[in-house]
Amino acid sequence: MTQLSEAQAALMRALKQYGGILLSLVMLCAIFSFLNPRFMSVVNFMNILQQVAVVAIAAFGMTWVILLGEIDLSVGSIIAVAGMVGAQCFAFGLGFAPALVITLLAGALMGMLNGVLTAKLLLPSFIVTVATMGIYRGMVSLPTNGAPAMIENSTWTAIGTESLLGLPVIIWVVAVLFVVNHILLSKTSFGRRAYLTGGNREAAVYSGIKVDRLKITIFMISGVMAAISGVLLSSRLFSAQTNAGMSYELDAIAAAVLGGTSLAGGVGTMVGTLIGALIIGVMNNGMNMLSVPYFYQLIVKGLVILIAVWLDVRAKQAKR
Amino acid sequence: MHGSTMDTILEISDITKSFGQVAALKGMRLKVRRGRVHTLLGENGAGKSTLMKILAGVHEATSGEISLDGRPYRPTDPRDAAALGLAIVFQELSLCSNLTVAENILATREPRRFGFINDKALITKARAIVADLGLPIDVSEKVGNLSIAQRQLVEIAKGLSHEAKVIILDEPTSSLSDSEAEILFDIIARLKSRGVAVIYISHRMEEIMRLSDDITVIRDGEYVSTHDRDDVTIEALIALMVGRRMDEIYPPPVHEQSASAAPVLSVDRLARDGEFDNISFDVRPGEILGFFGLVGSGRSEVMNALFGMKSAAGTVRFDGQAVRFRSPAEAIARGIGFVTENRKEEGLVLSHSVGWNISMAALSDFTGPLGFTRKRAEREAAATEVGRLAIKTHSLDTPSGSLSGGNQQKIVLAKWLLTRPKVLILDEPTRGVDVGAKFEIYKIIRQLAAEGTAILLISSELPEVLGMSDRVVVMHEGVIGATLSGADLNPETIMAHATGFQS
Repeated sequence: MTQLSEAQAALMRALKQYGGILLSLVMLCAIFSFLNPRFMSVVNFMNILQQVAVVAIAAFGMTWVILLGEIDLSVGSIIAVAGMVGAQCFAFGLGFAPALVITLLAGALMGMLNGVLTAKLLLPSFIVTVATMGIYRGMVSLPTNGAPAMIENSTWTAIGTESLLGLPVIIWVVAVLFVVNHILLSKTSFGRRAYLTGGNREAAVYSGIKVDRLKITIFMISGVMAAISGVLLSSRLFSAQTNAGMSYELDAIAAAVLGGTSLAGGVGTMVGTLIGALIIGVMNNGMNMLSVPYFYQLIVKGLVILIAVWLDVRAKQAKR
Repeated sequence: MHGSTMDTILEISDITKSFGQVAALKGMRLKVRRGRVHTLLGENGAGKSTLMKILAGVHEATSGEISLDGRPYRPTDPRDAAALGLAIVFQELSLCSNLTVAENILATREPRRFGFINDKALITKARAIVADLGLPIDVSEKVGNLSIAQRQLVEIAKGLSHEAKVIILDEPTSSLSDSEAEILFDIIARLKSRGVAVIYISHRMEEIMRLSDDITVIRDGEYVSTHDRDDVTIEALIALMVGRRMDEIYPPPVHEQSASAAPVLSVDRLARDGEFDNISFDVRPGEILGFFGLVGSGRSEVMNALFGMKSAAGTVRFDGQAVRFRSPAEAIARGIGFVTENRKEEGLVLSHSVGWNISMAALSDFTGPLGFTRKRAEREAAATEVGRLAIKTHSLDTPSGSLSGGNQQKIVLAKWLLTRPKVLILDEPTRGVDVGAKFEIYKIIRQLAAEGTAILLISSELPEVLGMSDRVVVMHEGVIGATLSGADLNPETIMAHATGFQS
């Protein structure tokens, strides 16, 4: 009996917290189904999940950064660098596993640079990552002078194209990373420290939280997540493109903010971010299916983000 | 009852205000007369702020009536309230530091010409307001360049610049020095003579007795009583406010601490350029060592250095071992706790829950081998502290920012108690805390000392330092003027050292 009411209470809390954006998601799905009956199908939903994977994973990393009251604009560039690092590893004749490790290390390193510059030189992360966004983007072209690099490693390309136990591998990757990030954020003391530091940095320092180290670690998480996004993207494209992941950081930020992450820091969840990413995925997919021209898509996406965040803010104010 | 109803400018009858299930005000009433200072007295959380916010038009009363100057009064927002003749000066500073004094005072009411702000008229008008109040402030100065006290005066000037019939001053002297407070008292006298009614909120009893004509006591959201200042004593007011008699504000030591125990902390010639020099003292387990000094004497800076926030020259010994903390984390691991001066900035994460704040500094104690937070143990420990310190909160999940000042301060204390410190630094532990909560905090401090915790008690309130400390270190301009104990613990000797008249 108490078990049931506890579950009900949890459900009520979830509805209260995510009701606004869930409603947006359902409404979008309803509209697209109405406009195009083929939208509502298992195949298409698999499609959406695969398409949204790259942004969703980057958005998990972004959630950590925003939660801390910082921002990471270099995510799109890291996605491109990661693909190129993978491609170059194969060009040097390395196997899949070492190539993957080196690629993720590159992501960690780029994130660490963002973190160190922000934490130790006390530069605003907005400025730091605007700068590294350009630097990393430029570095993508170094090995090939701006040309794309083909990737022929079959394991690497299988990630983006093959299925496992009836589900595309890419969806497994998103699911695993979602669970890992969710547990890390909501169940561990590391996650708690991120919430506390984002809520009040000074109080965190005085309570013995090693804020600089935390900040660097979180920028590294963002870098690694972006690198994984880069792996997925390059495996789907069978190549590393110099303009890969362009402006994905904005989609990642939008997903996190749609999901209720506060740009002021201290508030946000992975569940919310996942829903936010799905909203963006549904919009992209739905409008593509309706053959809406790209420039209209941009306008509609911007408007939907505004409306969804506004609904959410209004719902939270009403609760008080 | 002297004075007819003609005198009444503001009348509040039977006001009730509920936030969801919680009733913040129940049948509140108040009658304020022209040309009188009416003090509203109550503990933090008694409902003063809610009542003020209703008067200012920030909140709407759930039921009840207010009349201003004989007409029903229902402001829609603070600007509307000001237009109707009620001005309010909040204790939180609401000035824009990037704008000038004049721009702040006349914000949203700038004199205009052809739709543009008329700068010359702005300055002239602001200068007249400031001169009228006798404030020594240049109106073309940027607010960001002013001291906190000067900003408070600008805030007051801003509130008074409206043609107000009733002015509410919410703890206006909390950041003013004595001489600056005198300027304010002059202003209040001038307002009275013009027939303006002043609603005054303060915790400083001496000040209240000096300024007030009428005093209304409220408690737990309810009206208690109204008194003529001449018919009541401080003791009686405190008793009414806390709802019980207070035989003694400072509880006696639980038992005599032994003078023979080895010091847990010894500080030898600690120094930091431009902040403090040659600081030496030691403190034994169970001892309460008071630190007294005027603002700017370097007390907080010394404590920050001890806590690893800043580096300093000199030697610090902890349990006989030389230590050098490079971060608060190291100091905490060794057994030092630090209740800082500004609880909202450095003490609490206001947006997060009571439970999270309490476990914040001891989080590693509640972390399992894989990094998982042991939430059940954490909640049990937090609940125990909430019970032990009698923190008034709806639940552990309530955001700490929604509690009253006294309860917030107890959360900060609870946070440090959970780390089981050997040395606990308390920097102004009762600032902005009402009398009832003060008494409870003093009891907690005594209890901690009895359990063997060494306490460093920093305070600007002389009675507090005298009432609580075993010995007192008096600081003056970054150096120790004297370390006093026994018969030397009297106000005259301490002040003489604190002001540097005696060394």
